[in-house]
Amino acid sequence: MTALLEVRGLSKSFRGLRAVSQVSFDVPQGEIVALIGPNGAGKTTCFNMIAGAFPPSDGTVRLGGRDITGLRADQICRAGIGRTFQIVKPFAGLTVHENVTVGALNAFADLADARAKAAEVLQLLGLWAKRDQPASSLTLPDRKRLEVARALGTGPQLLLLDEVMAGLRPTETDQMVAVFRQLNEKTGLTILLIEHVMRAVMALARRIVVLHHGETIAMGDPETVVRDPAVLDVYLGAEAL
Amino acid sequence: MSRMLRRLGEGVSNRALVALGLVFAALLLAPLVSNGYVLSVLIIALYYAYAGQAWNVMMGFCGQLSLGHSLYVGVAAYAAAIFFVKWNVPPVIGMFAAIAVAMAFGAVIGFLAFRFSVSGVYFALLTIAFAEFTRIGFDHFTWAGGSGGFFLKVEDRAADLITLRGPPIMFYYVMLALTALAFLFCRMLTQSRVGYYWFAIREDQEAAQALGINVFRYKMLAVIVSSGMTSLAGVFFAFYYNNLFPEQIFSMARSIELILGPIIGGLGTLFGPILGAFVLTVLADLVTEVLVFTGYDIPGVKQVFYGLCLAVVVIWLPLGIWPPLKRRLGLEGRS
Ligand SMILES: Nc1ncnc2c1ncn2[C@@H]1O[C@H](COP(=O)(O)OP(=O)(O)OP(=O)(O)O)[C@@H](O)[C@H]1O
Ligand SMILES: [Mg+2]
Repeated sequence: MTALLEVRGLSKSFRGLRAVSQVSFDVPQGEIVALIGPNGAGKTTCFNMIAGAFPPSDGTVRLGGRDITGLRADQICRAGIGRTFQIVKPFAGLTVHENVTVGALNAFADLADARAKAAEVLQLLGLWAKRDQPASSLTLPDRKRLEVARALGTGPQLLLLDEVMAGLRPTETDQMVAVFRQLNEKTGLTILLIEHVMRAVMALARRIVVLHHGETIAMGDPETVVRDPAVLDVYLGAEAL
Repeated sequence: MSRMLRRLGEGVSNRALVALGLVFAALLLAPLVSNGYVLSVLIIALYYAYAGQAWNVMMGFCGQLSLGHSLYVGVAAYAAAIFFVKWNVPPVIGMFAAIAVAMAFGAVIGFLAFRFSVSGVYFALLTIAFAEFTRIGFDHFTWAGGSGGFFLKVEDRAADLITLRGPPIMFYYVMLALTALAFLFCRMLTQSRVGYYWFAIREDQEAAQALGINVFRYKMLAVIVSSGMTSLAGVFFAFYYNNLFPEQIFSMARSIELILGPIIGGLGTLFGPILGAFVLTVLADLVTEVLVFTGYDIPGVKQVFYGLCLAVVVIWLPLGIWPPLKRRLGLEGRS
């Protein structure tokens, strides 16, 4: 069986700076994969290329066998990839419910259905009580939840999460982990997550890909990866695991 | 149909519906208690309410700042007037040509801007440039009168909606109908996918795109809807004033006047453009009248007044008059 997401030789240069270099990995259907690495390793840049924020300098991205390299972000969303932004981008002037409804309109033709779907997602993420507040009034952890809610609203096959647990308290992290677990087990949602919070990574990921200076330095199951000397050297050692 | 009606009223409190009904009734009856002068002021107020609503679609809903909406007013005014004067085609038919021409201009500007990612201040400059180029074009377009102007025959006759010839009261009700329809149309838009998508684009284009929105397409739609709506203000203008001068109709001052209502009333709101247009037009006239009455006939006092209103709103009521007023009156929606 081919993987849901296949990334091959993905590369990006920003005016000479090689931010991502020849990165290849798979995200099998129904799995949770983590992309980790130190600051500036090129994780977000990988996401941006997968999600169509900008085209790669080189390499290909396939979703369910279909080549989606270089498509626009909206086309990629419609193809089934939902993404969050590390630097959150709420629709500040809209209410929390409206924010998520915009996402849900990707999956539902009718506005009433989209609003219902949004309500469901908001309940799942514990934002329901704040549904009528403008997004601008949310705290950062809530904005991160809103990012997740909006992306989930689009009804993705694959969810890309960029540091959505950053800034959450440990109990909040555990709640969020439980939500992703549940989504993954119940709906078969496939997840690729970038995360510095190792507690969340270890609780969720079946596979880990480690980036450093834009290159893949390790890949495999969590137990092996966290013992990998190269990984300990450049990343996890510093995190004082 | 009934579903659409239900959606129009969704989330609106009964109090707000009653208030809206009262405002509409007052506007319906206003001519009965107005003299000719007051009626002319109300007609101008409705004209700005309508045009402001049209502009609001582009800026208030979709976040695209146009400072050249006089372009759409102008080309539509000329189109309808030319059809009528040159070819005897009445405005009920000519208006479709006017709508088409204005939308075509909107589509060209939108295409150039959005295809080449011109946005913000540069987009606003592009809209000004187009209005200016078109003004220059019409200045030299001698077949349509050039800079000397283009005129419709002034006729004193009973109201005829087909040819839009008639007394001021006819123009009042035409403008009132347009304003009411535009209000309902915009309400419908905001209660639909299109409205949600426009708001999303206004708030954050990149996030909007990541949620599956074809940003280019929806921005094009905003420009085309807005220019098409604005064109009817142009048709009205031609037949109400009976004279068109490129110098005036395409001027930037006209574009600015047109956007003051929605800014002062409340950008992106439905009632703001109407409220803003009335507040500005009526108050500015009152101020002028009072000054004239007390012996100060100062040219340009209206513009100064507009400027003051704008300053007051920008500093103290950045959301415009309507959102806080709505809260004060207890007209906020239920959810
Ligand atoms: N749009 C851009 N233009 C120029 N350089 C960029 C751009 N985006 C990222 N970079 C650079 O590319 C490198 C990789 O950045 P990226 O954001 O992908 O890192 P990251 O792994 O997500 O880091 P972090 O953990 O801090 O989020 C960095 O050196 C960054 O400065
Ligand atoms: Mg990052």
